[in-house]
Amino acid sequence: MSGAESEREEPDVEGVFGAGIKRDEDLPLLLGEGTYTDDISLPGMTYLAIKRSDHAHARIVDIDTSEAESKADVVAVYTGDDVEASGVPNTIPTAWDLPGLVQPQYRMLAIDKVRHEGDGVAAVVAETPQAAHEARKRIHVEYEELEAVTDPVTAVERDIPQIHEESDDNIAFDFELGDADAVNESFSAADRTASVTLRQPRLIPNAIEPRAAVADWNDSTQKLRLWMTSQNPHLHRMLLSAGTLGIPENNIRVIAPEVGGGFGSKIYHYPDEAITAWCSMQLGRPVKWRASRSEGYLTDCHGRDHVTDAEIAIDNDGTIQGVRVETHAGLGAHLSQFGTATPSYLYATVLSGQYTIPAIHCRVIGAFTTTTPVDAYRGAGRAEGIYVIERLMDVAARELGMDPTEIRRKNLIPADEFPYESAAALVYDSGEYERAMETALEHVDYETLREQQQTLREEGRYLGIGVANFIESAGLSPSGLAGQLGAQAGGWESSIVRFDSTGSVTVLAGTADQGQGHRTTYAQIAAEELGISVDDVEVVEGDTDRIPQGMGTYGSRSASVGGGSIARGARDVREKARRIAAHQLEASVDDIEFEDGEFYVAGASDRSLHIQAIAHEAYLGHDLPEEMDPGLEATNFYDPENFTYPFGTHVAVVEIDPETGAITIERYVAVDDCGEIINPTIVEGQVHGGIAQGIGAALYEGAAYDEDGHLQTRRMDEYAVPHATYLPDFETDSTVTPSPHNPIGVKGVGESATIAAAPAVVAAVTDALEPFDVDHLDMPVTPETVWRAMEEE
Amino acid sequence: MAENDISLIVNGTEHELTVEPRTLLVTALREELGYTGANVGCDTARCGACTVRLDGDAIKSCLRFAVQVDGAEVETVEGLGEHGDLTPLQECFQEHHSLQCGFCTPGMLMTADTFLQDAEAPSREEIREAIEGNLCRCTGYHNIVDAIEDTANRLGER
Ligand code: FES
Ligand code: FES
Repeated sequence: MSGAESEREEPDVEGVFGAGIKRDEDLPLLLGEGTYTDDISLPGMTYLAIKRSDHAHARIVDIDTSEAESKADVVAVYTGDDVEASGVPNTIPTAWDLPGLVQPQYRMLAIDKVRHEGDGVAAVVAETPQAAHEARKRIHVEYEELEAVTDPVTAVERDIPQIHEESDDNIAFDFELGDADAVNESFSAADRTASVTLRQPRLIPNAIEPRAAVADWNDSTQKLRLWMTSQNPHLHRMLLSAGTLGIPENNIRVIAPEVGGGFGSKIYHYPDEAITAWCSMQLGRPVKWRASRSEGYLTDCHGRDHVTDAEIAIDNDGTIQGVRVETHAGLGAHLSQFGTATPSYLYATVLSGQYTIPAIHCRVIGAFTTTTPVDAYRGAGRAEGIYVIERLMDVAARELGMDPTEIRRKNLIPADEFPYESAAALVYDSGEYERAMETALEHVDYETLREQQQTLREEGRYLGIGVANFIESAGLSPSGLAGQLGAQAGGWESSIVRFDSTGSVTVLAGTADQGQGHRTTYAQIAAEELGISVDDVEVVEGDTDRIPQGMGTYGSRSASVGGGSIARGARDVREKARRIAAHQLEASVDDIEFEDGEFYVAGASDRSLHIQAIAHEAYLGHDLPEEMDPGLEATNFYDPENFTYPFGTHVAVVEIDPETGAITIERYVAVDDCGEIINPTIVEGQVHGGIAQGIGAALYEGAAYDEDGHLQTRRMDEYAVPHATYLPDFETDSTVTPSPHNPIGVKGVGESATIAAAPAVVAAVTDALEPFDVDHLDMPVTPETVWRAMEEE
Repeated sequence: MAENDISLIVNGTEHELTVEPRTLLVTALREELGYTGANVGCDTARCGACTVRLDGDAIKSCLRFAVQVDGAEVETVEGLGEHGDLTPLQECFQEHHSLQCGFCTPGMLMTADTFLQDAEAPSREEIREAIEGNLCRCTGYHNIVDAIEDTANRLGER
């Protein structure tokens, strides 16, 4: 994916850009004054509860709502037929098309069949939340049960029950990337091959704030206000308009107030928030819905769910010749927004990892199953892909009797080969992979650690060292390329940078924060570009009526694409200010220098004007250059030239208790390169959180279904979200390799650590188990898994 | 359903209210009295986002019925510090970047604040154990442990 010439300007790292300043957003949150969606109450508000299927797969024979309707305080009960009869478009669309994709209609409430436990079948609106929940129990649904299928491999076998009319084999897509012939040749030519079969279980995102919505339809103005837990309010506005409700986009206002974590789960257009809005439209009253945690477990999109056969062809000296991958990806019962993009383009394209691999081929079979829809969860696609290549590197090292770091070092893409075009269709922007890897290895004193491992083994103690190198493809743009690959939305970002007449600046940003600290980092970008204090910058996000356009926050895009847009907008503002300065200082524009907010005539620094004073002049409008309009603001749409490619190396050191299989993480070292760092404190926080989720995946988390398709992990005491005692202290460091394709040189960091941590930890455990001849263990690697693996030996 | 008249002293202010027997303390605080600082993150008393102090003990307010605590003194995050006068713990949370989305923060602060009332120089392990019942999905806990450790040090120096 293409690269072009640099539009980067060297940032002045002495300034606010690069400083670990405290977050502007913290104060209200620390005082309990943050407003989350569930904190919002409107006069006359009603409450929605959704009746959900308790079967994985069943035909709906009859829904009897009469008892529920007769309950006290019940305002209305609606079924899928009522929604359909209202004439709204009623379609939850997928936002990524693939060749031959089968796209069954996904409705706000099920009509003919339920296809996973948790599929919505009816909606109750009542005067109180308690009344809504009580009445929900009084809705009687008669089902004709059908067979469930939860596994993506089984789902596409013959004689398995068909989930959608449109697909007789439960295959949504059969995707291929790379050159199969070249791979076949590489496998015949190489000295050896190694392989691994692995499973990447379903993960449940578990933002601590459950999804919620408050909808307020006004009958006289025909306008909808919808507060919701959204990572991308403008996309939600568009999908509500065109997909589900059929109201013009400009009659919808979506507001994302404080959002309590997302990790992907709050990107998607779900039936629930849409039905909340639809109910408000029917009733002309405000409606609030909040998912319970177990409801979230059944309905928030899950992540991962891959079953993979992977092979690597290598020469005796460790040189990689080719990689072949075949994956069955579970998509769940419905195609969610990015459910098709995640296991295809976001996955297969990173299979080259940090390495020069001449030939790569990947096939992905996307399978419908009678389970919760699967979509992008932190690291989406990239996490699955990097896990595969890093596991292959480890089995290849074993096959050759090489040290895992040696085979990696041998195949790393050299720093002077960037931009690097991989055999998996990406053009990497920049990288110094060896530097990051050596930095990480130095932190743990790798050589000494290996010696220590030997000594301990002789004492019957099992230490394991896992090294994972990763790249991330971040930013998901440019729009044109994304479109060619099937995206149904753009990959740009938009912002407005606006001075007011007193010299303070408002930045309106199209991204939407869920804890990433945008208000602080964006203020740092604008302040740096404009030479003013961060305290003079106010950042506004998450309201489609205040911010004209935007795409939201996902895919580690905010700092690079959102931040890039703000930097460009600020530069436009600065250039207009420069022209005003030139006019008022009676100098030519070319003679005007800019430093620390001050414009001055070159060689005559006493003739100067501060940018904040110019802002005042711009709004007075009394003395502007001829033909210049008053005001000082810029609207920017930034469509990057390429993805950005954050990278780094994470090292996990574990010890295994041979008696119990218990795993202790002794050390965790993360070296990340996310390009230029806007705020090191915030970057570190992102890395910490990412590691926690990666370790969670490696050792604790995983959704489980029984054979009837019932989710077994539906409460917080059944799904192991890591507690404080499950995790070690983290050691972090960074290298800085700026992205040449980004105005401020940043690459993004949100997902990196999650991508890296799972392979690092699994590698550490299998390394500890080398004496037991264990090559690979599937996640989550529990003490029981380890203990059994040791026993089998 | 039968209703009960109860009283609660929240952050020093006495409130009279009428609740159903099944009304949870967290619901009474949030919906009846408007103290929305305590958050609801689970239905199984696992996440700790709803933690408040009840007669001096940190408890999960989703685990008590309002009628059970008639007459009790409740402290919520709103009662900790205020703008311009944060508690040392709140200051340390900000300095160590111990919150991201902030949804777990009110509960985390109430648990940690209560823990620090008795703990003198806790080890990092002890701190991790103390906040074991409060889940955070954003921070990975490292910075939260830093903040609590630093607060303990600062309080110890006084
Ligand atoms: S809401 Fe009380 S512990 Fe989760
Ligand atoms: S800061 Fe988001 S859950 Fe703790």
